[in-house]
Amino acid sequence: MLYMNNIKVKVNDLTLHYGTNPALKNINMEIPEKMVTAFIGPSGCGKSTFLRTLNRMNDLIDNVKIAGEVIIDSINIYDKDIDVVNLRKKVGMIFQKSNPFAKSVYDNVAFGPRINGISQRNKLDEIVEYSLKQAAIWDEVKGRLHNSALSLSGGQQQRLCIARTLAVNPDIILMDEPASALDPISTSKIEELIHELKQQYTIIIVTHNMQQAARTSDFTAFFYLGELIEFNKTELMFSNPAKKQTEDYISGRFG
Amino acid sequence: MKRNIKDKVVESLTGISVLLIIFIIVSILAITIIGGWPNLNWTFLSEFPKDGMTKGGIFPAIVGTAVMTLIMAVAAVPFGVITAIYLAEYANEKSVLAKIIRFAVKTLAVVPSIIFGLFGLGFFIGFIGKNMDGILNGGELKWGQPNILWASLTMALLTLPVVIVAVEEAIRTIPKEMREASLALGATKWQTIKKVVIPGSVSGILTGTILAVSRGAGEVAPILFTGAAYFLSDLPHSLSDQFMSLGYHIYIMSTQSSDVDATMPIQFATTLVLLLLTFSLNGIAVTLRYRIRKRAR
Repeated sequence: MLYMNNIKVKVNDLTLHYGTNPALKNINMEIPEKMVTAFIGPSGCGKSTFLRTLNRMNDLIDNVKIAGEVIIDSINIYDKDIDVVNLRKKVGMIFQKSNPFAKSVYDNVAFGPRINGISQRNKLDEIVEYSLKQAAIWDEVKGRLHNSALSLSGGQQQRLCIARTLAVNPDIILMDEPASALDPISTSKIEELIHELKQQYTIIIVTHNMQQAARTSDFTAFFYLGELIEFNKTELMFSNPAKKQTEDYISGRFG
Repeated sequence: MKRNIKDKVVESLTGISVLLIIFIIVSILAITIIGGWPNLNWTFLSEFPKDGMTKGGIFPAIVGTAVMTLIMAVAAVPFGVITAIYLAEYANEKSVLAKIIRFAVKTLAVVPSIIFGLFGLGFFIGFIGKNMDGILNGGELKWGQPNILWASLTMALLTLPVVIVAVEEAIRTIPKEMREASLALGATKWQTIKKVVIPGSVSGILTGTILAVSRGAGEVAPILFTGAAYFLSDLPHSLSDQFMSLGYHIYIMSTQSSDVDATMPIQFATTLVLLLLTFSLNGIAVTLRYRIRKRAR
């Protein structure tokens, strides 16, 4: 057995086409609960596309065809009667480019709770404070909760987006290159945060940065041309990859 | 050598065209200001016409224009915003329905304004108003004649494309990432539109509204048969009353008056008021639109 933890996400024979182009081919994978799993691979290998199948964000794109299963907590999220809105509450997502709303810091974090019908001020206050603390940004913004979120720095904006996602109380957090647009100090803050968050959440992170995958993740999956080439414990992947392609990519021979 | 001459000719032609346009604008402004400014004072703005409309002010025409454009905006803006939301958020670009709506909006924008006037007369007064009288008033004439409501609704049809185009443009400048952020938090499509898309398009909605108001304030043809009055001794008190309007006032003063020379100062001053009104409204709209476009980049 590969894992100590339970399986949170089980992917069976997942195939995705954009029109007639296959973008993901026959992916099978088991992602453990409350651990960090990194997806690596060269641009266009399908890692981001795969990430977006896990909260069905690909539904928003025309002409996408998906076959296979993604089972989260023993429910196939591609079943016909799945409520995508509920799925996305359970599977949160952080995007490559931080995307706070043009609202105050407070209203950004309160957005999710509010659309879920929470309106009592003290309850919202509590969620906002707790989420900002969890995202390690409370101390920096507590004095300006009602200022525009757009006045924050790039790194702060990204942590605010993480707080906003946490406020919905998800089980799984998907991160699509969350630090690729940030400076090294902001990046290390995000990485520390990931380390903290995995106590409570299952985290899946797409990254271009080998060191980041090595530093932050427990498991790593290497994708190439829409296929899952190798999936293993991160330390094994980086010290002793089983496949030649993985080794070439990790050692920087291509990509 | 020959090429050189051609170049010079083309350059002169473009220069002359530009000068001509500047000349026209400056002349309009100069004539209106010179003719109108001396007569423009508080009394003129706040009084009713007097002495067979050869003296007095244009107060009822200002109020009529303001109320008419207000009712027009109340009708056109929500309708236009909803249509723009459909086109930008729901319609599949390739769907037949979306193509039909786009074609309809474009066609509506090029229909001559007098046709809207005739349509308003036939549809609102002749059909809806008449039937309302039949059902509500036992056939007694109340709604089946020109009034400020039908004039405003007719004007709303004319200005609808202006609102739709401005709002749709603003909606499309809202980045995809904002919608994704909302959807990824478990918001429904409608919640996303209500909480992210519409708040983000406020300046576009405002631009569309101002452009529509400025267009509606100046147009005469649509209200000619549907509600504008030659002279009223009182302001409109209900939706079934007729009203006076600035544009129509200029028209009757210059063509229908028994003493056109005597009304000349009033014509100029009324024209100046209308020009100032539409220019300033357009100025605000252009500024807002510029801000939206800057955000889009």
